[in-house]
Amino acid sequence: MHIEVTVNGRLRSADVEARTLLAYLLRDEFNLTGTHVGCDTTSCGACTVIWDGLPVKSCTVLAGQVDGGAITTVEGLEQDAQLHPLQQGFWDNHGLQCGFCTPGMLMTTYALLQRRPHPTETEIRQAISGNLCRCTGYQNIVAAVQQAAARLSAQDAMEEVQA
Amino acid sequence: MFPNAFDYAAPTSLDEAVDLLSRYGDDAKVLAGGQSLLPMMKLRLAAPAWVIDINRVPELDGRRESDDALILGALTRHSAIEWDRDLDADYPLLRETAALIADPLVRNRGTVAGSLAHADPAADWAACLMALGASVTARGPQGDRLIPVEDLLVDTLTTSLELDEIITGVTVPRPAGRAAAKSLKLERKVGDFAVVGVSLQVEVGSGGAVSRVGIGLAAVGPTALRAREAEAVLMGRPLGPEVIREAAALAAAAADPASDRRGSAAYKRDVVRVFVERGLTAVQHRLADGQALGA
Ligand SMILES: Cc1cc2nc3c(=O)[nH]c(=O)nc-3n(C[C@H](O)[C@H](O)[C@H](O)COP(=O)(O)OP(=O)(O)OC[C@H]3O[C@@H](n4cnc5c(N)ncnc54)[C@H](O)[C@@H]3O)c2cc1C
Ligand code: FES
Ligand code: FES
Repeated sequence: MHIEVTVNGRLRSADVEARTLLAYLLRDEFNLTGTHVGCDTTSCGACTVIWDGLPVKSCTVLAGQVDGGAITTVEGLEQDAQLHPLQQGFWDNHGLQCGFCTPGMLMTTYALLQRRPHPTETEIRQAISGNLCRCTGYQNIVAAVQQAAARLSAQDAMEEVQA
Repeated sequence: MFPNAFDYAAPTSLDEAVDLLSRYGDDAKVLAGGQSLLPMMKLRLAAPAWVIDINRVPELDGRRESDDALILGALTRHSAIEWDRDLDADYPLLRETAALIADPLVRNRGTVAGSLAHADPAADWAACLMALGASVTARGPQGDRLIPVEDLLVDTLTTSLELDEIITGVTVPRPAGRAAAKSLKLERKVGDFAVVGVSLQVEVGSGGAVSRVGIGLAAVGPTALRAREAEAVLMGRPLGPEVIREAAALAAAAADPASDRRGSAAYKRDVVRVFVERGLTAVQHRLADGQALGA
């Protein structure tokens, strides 16, 4: 089947089998290998991407379902060679070790900050409860998200002053 | 991992969807949130020749309220309920239950109707909606029929839906009196299905006597169960420690759990007793604090 989907702001198309899963559309057809496949059984969240505003497990969505939709992957976070404040937060706080879970963590927490710009620690922990990390023990991931939330609201405040 | 090959259709109207289902019957599966169907297809436990994706059918989206009920469209996602605090005023059990299902990512896709149609005995919505006396509307070639959730669930992974019927919505009756609710779930870890789940809602009349009560049990039988005897013993009486203990024992007796890697049957039965006691006690306090209708 023929699919057209906006990925990270750019319209893309592909011809795929109906059984193709979104994670494999992104990785194999579009070469966006930042989206990781961990468990492939809807359990780990490594494959999380944002589909029309909500984070979902891309190993459990058919490519055909997103036809006409918009996807954001981890490759879409960086702007003009500048890391997104969330990515910088993970860097500064050791929010990753092996890095396998990181793309999923980033996309889940990106969506969280869109919905709740000032999350509490509990809200952050609840939001990432579908994303497993085998390395960090989560503490530094929480710290990374807190730093990003603070930076993003400082940026917003600056923009308001300048406007 | 990927499913067996299949043909995919994404109808844009309900009539078209019902049409496709009646044409392909046994060979077709409805795709809603896909959070149960796609994992089963990837494991090749399900291998439909046709997948009918209902996510582009506008009639199945959204929800509306009438004087005496809330009607949830079939595509209402778990997270849409979890995030909607306005529901607490009249339907306090819904948000409590939604937040306990799976994990936040699965909740963004999974639907209330899909959970009911899947008929997993450990699912959280079935016990909740049974406790609330909810019904589903099913649309088939012959038109609509209303099926109480209790009659929908026939056995494990088996419903009373015909092959060509689609659930279009779920009707949740509005409480007549003051109501308070509690959902309890024992899980091994976040995102796991219940070892035992209990969902209950109590309505009281002006004198504080129980005027309606629903107690739903998850994961302790071939389908979700309603603890009818426990409910009966509470009717017409004010909540208090003694009658709560009586009801808890009757609910435990109504449970029909199986021993598995999540626990022995005896253990699960006792968790039902403890959860019903805790749930009713919490409800008693919420009603006394005037915190009813919202919790
Ligand atoms: C990791 C994980 C953990 C989970 N944990 C829990 C949990 O703790 N508690 C819980 O309750 N659930 C849990 N679930 C299941 C989840 O809630 C599913 O979303 C839900 O059971 C199915 O809903 P769905 O919309 O995804 O249905 P789908 O997967 O799309 O469909 C499921 C079945 O229902 C049928 N169907 C769907 N919609 C309709 C309709 N409108 N009319 C007729 N038939 C229909 C389909 O044909 C299919 O047979 C979990 C799932 C995963 C992957
Ligand atoms: S790879 Fe999708 S949830 Fe693990
Ligand atoms: S950093 Fe290794 S799994 Fe999270």
